[in-house]
Amino acid sequence: MMFVPGNNPGMMADAHIYGPDSIMLDLEDSVTMAEKDAARLLVHNALKSIDFGGTEMVVRINPLNTPYGKKDVEAVVKAGVDVIRMPKTETADEVRELEAEIVKVETELGCVGRTLIMAAIESALGVVNAYEIATASKRMMGIALGAEDYSANLKTQRTPGGAELLLARESIVVAARAAGIACFDTVYSNLDDMETFRKEVELIKTLGFDGKSIINPRQIEVVNEVFAPSQKDIDKALRIIAAIKEAQAKGSGVIAVNGKMVDRPVVIRAERTVALAIASGILDKEEAL
Amino acid sequence: MEIKNAVAGTLESGDIMVQIAPGEGLQVELQSSVAAQFGRQIKAVITETLQGLGIDNASVKATDKGALDCTIRARVTAAAVRATGKDVWKD
Repeated sequence: MMFVPGNNPGMMADAHIYGPDSIMLDLEDSVTMAEKDAARLLVHNALKSIDFGGTEMVVRINPLNTPYGKKDVEAVVKAGVDVIRMPKTETADEVRELEAEIVKVETELGCVGRTLIMAAIESALGVVNAYEIATASKRMMGIALGAEDYSANLKTQRTPGGAELLLARESIVVAARAAGIACFDTVYSNLDDMETFRKEVELIKTLGFDGKSIINPRQIEVVNEVFAPSQKDIDKALRIIAAIKEAQAKGSGVIAVNGKMVDRPVVIRAERTVALAIASGILDKEEAL
Repeated sequence: MEIKNAVAGTLESGDIMVQIAPGEGLQVELQSSVAAQFGRQIKAVITETLQGLGIDNASVKATDKGALDCTIRARVTAAAVRATGKDVWKD
């Protein structure tokens, strides 16, 4: 998910060319108070007019308790945004309040249920309430860590190893999995240190995250490389899925591949590997069937 | 509708800076490196956007840096909202 400032039309128009999975147009921290109105109009018009090539479009709105939040909701829902990212989410009630605002606009438009919600968790209270937040609405498609505000709230600072974020990251992954939604890691801001960035992406993949937030197209390749499964993993996954299909056709329950028993978790992992390989463009969908 | 001086947009690549001031009728002065190719189109988008907002009297000075039509509409609307002090924006 690539962050793009909501008041920069040049960056907005070009963002999809680099091939991120999703683009997050930001109306919050990257826009000054004096430009909130102009950025909102810019994002509204861009969503309505620019062909983003099928990229999932997310807008980070301002908090609802500011003079901007509700106007942001109206503008982006009317423009047909896919997902609204709610910043600094601390409670399930905040998600329900956002949902009510979305419903108001969607009812007017006659498209109730179209807009999804992603909640950014950026404080200790948000982490403690992660599962309640993740399950607050059927519109919840994911939760994401916002590490800068979170580490400030913890009275610490970010370090290259990310020890200060470990509990938050694990809590968010567990909450998302328990709720059956996606989870996304925070940004890494130092573009000159791609080695530490790669290590961070490897770490969050190991923890179970579905993806990483990025701030520059240069970071896309690293994320894709780390998240894309190896050819060996893909071959193994395809063998498992083929064996399962064959077993199902014969009415057999338990199977073995390469001498190892294949049970339900192994199949789920194999299906995820194949899905990732297709999403990464290294496996043809037809080939996987 | 009463108009006061207002501005929106930037001079960054892909943007357009729109300045609105009181005027008689709609007068649009455009500065753009692509004026020869797209000047008429840019002016038309500016005029249509203002008329759509109910503004028929204003003097507009626009400095274009290669903005898309949707950016022109957004910047003109932002300047118009600031110039009138009213939330004239409607979807």
